[in-house]
Amino acid sequence: MIWIAIRMLTGDAQKFYGLVFGIAFSTLLITQQLTIFVNLLERGASGVYNVSSADVWVMDPVSRTTDVSYALPSTALDKVRGVPGVEWAVPHIRAQASVRTKSGDLEGVAVIGVDDATLIGLPKNMIEGSPDVLSQPDSVIIDDVGMTRMFPGQSPIGERLELNDQRAVIRGIADATPSFTSTVVLYTKYSQALNYVPGTRNRLSFVLVGAEDPSQAKALSEKIERETGLKAQTRDEFARDGVDFIIENTGIPLNFGITVALGFIVGVAIVGLTFSLFIRDNIKQFGALKAIGVTNGKIRKMVAAQAALVGFVGYGLGVLGTLAFIWSFSANPTFKGFYIPWQIPIISLVAVTLILALTGWLALRNVLKTEPAAVFR
Amino acid sequence: MSQAPAICTRGVTRDFTAGQQTITVLHGIDLDIRAGELTYLVGESGSGKTTMISIMCGILWPTEGEVKVFGTDIYELSDTELVEFRLNNIGFIFQQYNLIPAIDAASNAAVPLIAQGMDRHEARERAVEMMAKLNIADQADKLPNQLSGGQQQRVAIARALVHEPRLVVCDEPTAALDASSGRRVMDLLREVAVAEDRACIIVTHDNRVFDLADRILVLEDGKIIHDGTEMPEEH
Ligand SMILES: Nc1ncnc2c1ncn2[C@@H]1O[C@H](COP(=O)(O)OP(=O)(O)O)[C@@H](O)[C@H]1O
Ligand SMILES: [Mg+2]
Repeated sequence: MIWIAIRMLTGDAQKFYGLVFGIAFSTLLITQQLTIFVNLLERGASGVYNVSSADVWVMDPVSRTTDVSYALPSTALDKVRGVPGVEWAVPHIRAQASVRTKSGDLEGVAVIGVDDATLIGLPKNMIEGSPDVLSQPDSVIIDDVGMTRMFPGQSPIGERLELNDQRAVIRGIADATPSFTSTVVLYTKYSQALNYVPGTRNRLSFVLVGAEDPSQAKALSEKIERETGLKAQTRDEFARDGVDFIIENTGIPLNFGITVALGFIVGVAIVGLTFSLFIRDNIKQFGALKAIGVTNGKIRKMVAAQAALVGFVGYGLGVLGTLAFIWSFSANPTFKGFYIPWQIPIISLVAVTLILALTGWLALRNVLKTEPAAVFR
Repeated sequence: MSQAPAICTRGVTRDFTAGQQTITVLHGIDLDIRAGELTYLVGESGSGKTTMISIMCGILWPTEGEVKVFGTDIYELSDTELVEFRLNNIGFIFQQYNLIPAIDAASNAAVPLIAQGMDRHEARERAVEMMAKLNIADQADKLPNQLSGGQQQRVAIARALVHEPRLVVCDEPTAALDASSGRRVMDLLREVAVAEDRACIIVTHDNRVFDLADRILVLEDGKIIHDGTEMPEEH
């Protein structure tokens, strides 16, 4: 009977494709939107993860994320260095600046000043040049997203910039995860950054700390807080802070939530209507089967098999569509490093199952209600 | 040798409620239908023929009375048991055929066997054999919409007989046919459906084929007013 059910469904090509399309569309919308959402959220933590060697970030108590920080007095560095368990502590500066490009455009950039001696604070990998280029005068390293934004289709190496009216020369390209806003990032030495960033008294944004025992980072951060009165977050805590900041301060979760809900509702609408039409077109055949002697239990299995087939094909196409989408945008730096967390296909599978269970149940009710005696009418 | 009747109804009544009104369509019908005979159920439109045949084949509950089919009190069975009973004992020929458009003629004819759980290919082979008896074996691979109306009806007949049911029921098989095809269908049913241990009831008001019946029951206003081998004079 399952075979008959499948043939009934695939024999009606229009409705079969309609159903598959509905499920594929929902799957695509839900999977793709959730993927973008999660990846965008994780961009809130990119500033933390780009500095992979810091176990603990120390900051002013009011600072919230890598990009929302209040400056520390320069004495903070020595205080942190004095805490037992701290293997090393280096200064880190993050500031906004304006750059005048050769074509005369003004672009907002992030200037990140890394420790002069150790260069801690740079991303781990370089796309072009080596970190040592920072020892040359006026050197900056641009991140790859910034490169494609400011110098599309050309090499930025050797380009001169006016950075807050100071001379800067690009001498390297860093392999960094873009920030939430995909702002252009220029890395330079801490001492050089002080020149680029207009002079207030305090300009130290963070103190980056390496722990003697990295597995005790949490305990160390608490100790630093107790002994210095500053705020200290482990890498994971601070990454989480960046994500939370986006959740709390942007309409992004709501917007994506609405789109995902729409994907679900449109799926229910398309699949529900088509499924009901399909059942209605075949109601006489179902009635005949019931009279001949097919139990309601077997009818249920038939409709379940039809729903399962639609779900299998539609879901597969939807996930493939999402992969194609991500793949086709992978060259775009805004989507750099995008991946599909394994939970997301499972969530869309649950959504698809819900859609089919709901619509299948609605359609099935009509069949179950049909009196076998109706076949003689 | 006198057998127990194939179908035995006692005091069967059936009411329908339409809005405020309740109409009684059947008034206490007692009937014995014998196997090995072609029985016609005849009457004016609205006299209750379809209602009666539906009750006798286990797809419509009587308001009162009992129905025994081959000794089984079918409305005492549970819902599922009744469905199984129909599957194993009754062949249906529907007026609109109700073939499944997406599967070929032989698979349509094989549906009762498939529903019984027989392997699809084996069931189809059996169906083709049955179609051969109905002279449409050459149409086995065609989809229903590639067949003429007459051929579709034969497929429907093959489906009713393929599992060798002990009771075959058929509502107005000739209503949509011209005189000669109507007669051919009735001849065919006589030939293939009637058997020693099988009862066959056909509802019709087609007076062109009355001579083919072994027994004719006339229903009027929900009562049997005639029971004989031929139609009463006044018709
Ligand atoms: N499901 C139903 N609901 C209400 N009235 C019905 C129903 N089925 C049949 N009837 C009524 O019962 C009477 C007999 O119908 P039916 O058995 O179909 O007669 P026949 O087959 O002899 O034409 C008709 O008056 C019809 O309107
Ligand atoms: Mg009728």
